[in-house]
Amino acid sequence: MMGRWTKRLVAAAACAPALASADRYNLQTPQSIIAHQIYDLHTLIFVICCVIFVVVFGVMFYAIIMHRKAAGHKAQQFHENTTIEIAWTIVPFLILIGMAYPATKTIIAMKDTSNPDLTIKATGYQWKWGYDYLQEGISFYSSLATPRDQLDGNAPKGVNYLLEVDNPVVVPVGKKVRIITTANDVIHAWWVPALGVKQDAIPGFVRDSWFKADKAGTYRGQCAELCGKDHGYMPIVVEAVEPAKYEAWVKDRQEKMAKVAVADAPGKIWTLDELKARGEKVYAQHCVACHQPTGLGTPPVFPALSGSKVVTGLKEVQIDTVLGGVVKDGKQTAMMPFKQLSDVEIAAVITYTRNSWSNKTGDAILPDEVKALRK
Amino acid sequence: MYAAHAHDQAHGDHAHSPGGIMRWITTTNHKDIGTLYLWFSFTMLMVGGVLAIGIRAELFQPGLQFWRPEFFNELTTMHGLIMVFGAIMPAFVGFANWQIPMMIGAPDMAFARMNNWSFWLLPPAACLLVGSFFVPGGATAAGWTLYAPLSTQMGPGMDLAIFALHIMGASSIMGAINIITTILNMRAPGMDLMKMPLFVWTWLITAYLLIAVMPVLAGAVTMVLTDRHFGTNFFNAAGGGDPVLFQHIFWFFGHPEVYIMILPAFGIISQVIPAFARKPLFGYASMVYALASIAILSFIVWAHHMFTVGMPAAGQLFFMFATMLIAVPTGVKVFNWIATMWKGSMTFEAPMLFACGFIFVFSMGGFTGLMLAIPPVDIQVQDTYYVVAHFHYVLVAGSLFAIFAGAYFWIPKWTGHMYDETLGKWHFWLSLIFFNITFFPMHFLGLAGMPRRIPDYALQFADFNMVASFGGFGFGLTQLIFLAAVIKCIRGGEKAPDKPWEGADTLEWTLPSPPPYHSFETPPVVK
Repeated sequence: MMGRWTKRLVAAAACAPALASADRYNLQTPQSIIAHQIYDLHTLIFVICCVIFVVVFGVMFYAIIMHRKAAGHKAQQFHENTTIEIAWTIVPFLILIGMAYPATKTIIAMKDTSNPDLTIKATGYQWKWGYDYLQEGISFYSSLATPRDQLDGNAPKGVNYLLEVDNPVVVPVGKKVRIITTANDVIHAWWVPALGVKQDAIPGFVRDSWFKADKAGTYRGQCAELCGKDHGYMPIVVEAVEPAKYEAWVKDRQEKMAKVAVADAPGKIWTLDELKARGEKVYAQHCVACHQPTGLGTPPVFPALSGSKVVTGLKEVQIDTVLGGVVKDGKQTAMMPFKQLSDVEIAAVITYTRNSWSNKTGDAILPDEVKALRK
Repeated sequence: MYAAHAHDQAHGDHAHSPGGIMRWITTTNHKDIGTLYLWFSFTMLMVGGVLAIGIRAELFQPGLQFWRPEFFNELTTMHGLIMVFGAIMPAFVGFANWQIPMMIGAPDMAFARMNNWSFWLLPPAACLLVGSFFVPGGATAAGWTLYAPLSTQMGPGMDLAIFALHIMGASSIMGAINIITTILNMRAPGMDLMKMPLFVWTWLITAYLLIAVMPVLAGAVTMVLTDRHFGTNFFNAAGGGDPVLFQHIFWFFGHPEVYIMILPAFGIISQVIPAFARKPLFGYASMVYALASIAILSFIVWAHHMFTVGMPAAGQLFFMFATMLIAVPTGVKVFNWIATMWKGSMTFEAPMLFACGFIFVFSMGGFTGLMLAIPPVDIQVQDTYYVVAHFHYVLVAGSLFAIFAGAYFWIPKWTGHMYDETLGKWHFWLSLIFFNITFFPMHFLGLAGMPRRIPDYALQFADFNMVASFGGFGFGLTQLIFLAAVIKCIRGGEKAPDKPWEGADTLEWTLPSPPPYHSFETPPVVK
């Protein structure tokens, strides 16, 4: 009730009745218990602030109009009044307690991540998200799906411009989902406004948060912590579906992962072309943001691969570099370890880089060679 | 109220000071140094403003039009660093230099040579900051908060920024020592602490804050530096460090820092309002106590900038309660200003317009600050444009408007000429209108879910961004009116009397306009 009332108030205040929904002026329509509580808390404080604003500035503008020299007002010389000074210290204090009480209840509720129905680990990478469904054994990466042409203005922008991904997170409606966040490189933040979740993803540390989607739908969010050049290009999409549909999705995902495992099974004989084709896909998903489609990178932080001594030199050195990242003066550089990729993926992407752009080594790296170098 | 000061306008102690550029390089005079600080600050305001226009141009419409995303991040980072450390802080030190000796009846600052050194550290620091755009990899793009481990990934521009911060920090600490010593030792006979003008009080407290927290910032950035080059692992989890530690250290500096940028503004407003209401400041003692409470509380609220790092519920509750408490003394200050206006006899010259604008718009920033103090609401709007709106309401409409109020208030004293009132009024109204066109829509953008520090955005944010960009260009151009008004005032204009403002009653108004080279050679007696 309160929410609707404020929405009208805010919309009226903005004097733009023609401009579509109230979502434009206020928090997004809440879709979880916590998001609802946050919405109402915001409304409550907003209304209190508006009342204070009108009262205080009513007095100020009354004085500005009535107590002007031009209006012939003579200045009085009072400069103290203990009673009123004590009153305007104590009254705001009481108002603050009135705001803190409901806020405290919500804080305690949002921090209660116990007894989840489902736990998903979200890992921030520069610049995509990786998800692991801990009980179901499903893992995938989720990257921006908006085509480059739309960013550069060479194609009309779609409805979900910058808010669309290749692999959304799928969750069942009405179940308590615990999100565990961590990161691989720098700090990111996993944020879905409609679900009332924003949690920093910190490298080397694990944090958690939770939500329970009220109804089926697609909820979109973005990384909220500056994480480097493509910070604006790592959206989050959560698809809340009916539990039966969720079960089907889990089964489908598990089967797909099993198929990949069979296809990449050790002992398979790979040709150079097969490796290159597979490597191009891996490159597009994990390497292209820094090293660029041209292989030229953006030096000095992200060096070129085309013509690089590492990429055209000893293959063992390159495998080591991809597995372990680059450590300079005892420090991890922007080249993070990619040991989370499979032997096939690493072999394929290395083969691709050694046979693309100006690099013409003709080498085919086999998964077993990668396996041998894993520590 | 104050005994009239007998002075010798014709005393000729200028003979020993060199002329031309060397006068400015070697000067130990508080007025010359104040002028240098103010011009430096204005120059940095223009540089930071150009970067802001670069930001708003890119955000004028969705898509990438002008910059690569990495350069956009350099723009937002350097805009923040330059405005905070180059524009706002030096401007208030400039006011302190000009005004504190004159307001307490002293001839000059306590440590005149150190005063010269604290200013002349700033231009090299500014060169390092601005020059970092031209090194390989460009300027630092880690945000003005320089969060590790992103800041450990940056190119050499980051090192230049770290050295610039070290130098600016040293400058601030020396300035603070000078101000504290001057205020505590050089007040005119009879001026006890509780008779000091409010502006002097605000600077006394601000100077203590500076001494307390600038070394903390220096420590934080030095740890980033050693993490980057010397094999330490303070913020590197893989080496046993903690990335969140950086945020704790940074914000332990950062929150007092925001009061460093607003307390002197409170001081200026507390001088201007009584002068134009022709009525003494209401609740002087409670103003001083409110200032002290704000300063003390500023040390125990830092983690409200970090509600999303995943601290325990008890942590969120403590920082929420502590932060909300700050609303009480801040409210007291606003109520006192309005009570000072109440039943006064007000006129609205440019300083008073900026002071009224300050109270009105700063309070809106205060309300959004209260909203941000509530962790559940903060979770939704942290790192969105709501926060960008909030801190521009308190930093631009707060600190910057107070700087303009102070500049128009005292420039007749400084130059001996009245400024052009028409230009001042245009400057105020256009600033107020364009400011709100720029930043008010950002509240909506943040609530609706637009993250900050992104070069490109989803389509539902397009119209408000266009409005904000339009306002931003207007606000930037409007500041050229201020430049015109100042230059016109320096070059000539109606002769300013000793006390151009009817209700002003502090000591500087007993001096001629412009004041003699050494403000008070014989201390005035304050009754």
